[in-house]
Amino acid sequence: MITLSLAVGFALVLAGLYGALTNRNILRMIVSFTVADTGVNIVLVAVGWMRGRTAPILDDAVPIAEAAQRIIDPLPQALVLTAIVIGLGVTALMLAYAYRLYSTAGTLDVSKFTELKW
Amino acid sequence: MVRHLAAGLLTIGLALAFAALVLGYQPDAELNRTALYYAENTAKDLGSQNIVTAIVVTYRGLDTLGEVTVLFLAAAIVGLILAPGRGAEGAGRRGAPPPGELLTTGSRMLTPLILITGIYVFVNGHLTPGGGFQGGAILASAALLVLLADPGHRFAHRTIETIEGVSGVAYVAVGLLGLAFAGGFLDNRFLPTGRFGALLSAGAIPVIYTLIGLKVGAEFASILANLTETEERR
Amino acid sequence: MSVLLPAMTGLLAVAMLVAAAMTIVTRSLPIAILAAGAVSLFASVLFLLLASPDVAMTEAAIGSGLTTFLFFFVLGRVGGRDNG
Repeated sequence: MITLSLAVGFALVLAGLYGALTNRNILRMIVSFTVADTGVNIVLVAVGWMRGRTAPILDDAVPIAEAAQRIIDPLPQALVLTAIVIGLGVTALMLAYAYRLYSTAGTLDVSKFTELKW
Repeated sequence: MVRHLAAGLLTIGLALAFAALVLGYQPDAELNRTALYYAENTAKDLGSQNIVTAIVVTYRGLDTLGEVTVLFLAAAIVGLILAPGRGAEGAGRRGAPPPGELLTTGSRMLTPLILITGIYVFVNGHLTPGGGFQGGAILASAALLVLLADPGHRFAHRTIETIEGVSGVAYVAVGLLGLAFAGGFLDNRFLPTGRFGALLSAGAIPVIYTLIGLKVGAEFASILANLTETEERR
Repeated sequence: MSVLLPAMTGLLAVAMLVAAAMTIVTRSLPIAILAAGAVSLFASVLFLLLASPDVAMTEAAIGSGLTTFLFFFVLGRVGGRDNG
């Protein structure tokens, strides 16, 4: 199960990267980046998972004394929580820039932006 | 064509590297030392049931302060970039059909319920899954519902900015109180940790997560409002 | 239980890979955005299976909810036609 989750996460990263590299439309590149973002998050959470253990919440199901034997690693989860929120901030920023590019140049095709080409 | 070939080759190369990682991965049988510390000491030290919340708010609270700052910067830059394109009052309504009776009534009924759900999620962050970021996103989705039901609706930007600024300053102030009366910056123990598992427990964690929830909700709402209020260009 | 979890993980894995492939292959931008949202939604169920309810909630609310709407707001502004 953990191997499968890791494999799916990496496959999503690759799919997002391939999509971002081959598409010409800026919006489609941003969509591909969000897919890669999700893939990275899955890999990080899968690394913290352990067989037969439960979520790191100390309620009635997990007595405090047994916590060390019953819960999974909470640290990757805290990091991924941060990563998801920052991911939305980055996506919103990219979308705002894409909108500005569209309103100045009238297109979203990256091959039309030739000011820096020589 | 060359581009597809190059991208394909790069992807295949990365896929080989990732495959080596996946096939060689050995999961741990025991918690590592950091995780073991969190598992054994969170209940005793901080009195929080949800260990993820304890890590986000207290053990790595400075990270979270930085994260909220990054989010604030993102929201501010979105507002800055989109500002010249902002249309006159009611620009978003142009061309959109007027909202129906069902949509208006439904959004009026659902918005308070969504707000209460969001507040529940971030007030209970130290007991159940959830917390400031999730609750803030739920608050912002109430704003989203209002925008969907009535695209011409204008939010009071000043109110959103005030909520965001006040909660941000209060977050840092709570952190400084921890520095003055407890072990360090953002330490939650200057308030009593209370009975383990009660709503008013875990020291300042519910206070900090409520502030984070308000701040994150205001930031997401301002991003959404800025993106909808840009002038339509066709 | 021991059979159910891997089976569900496999099902979610297939669904996510199909949705990701749709994001890349499809010609229509709205379908690509919706497929990316579906990837996020399946990922949030996978996080629940991986015993991370906090991450699952965040991904469902932010990754698949707000992100998809942000894309559609911008798409509505730039006029939905596909530039390649």
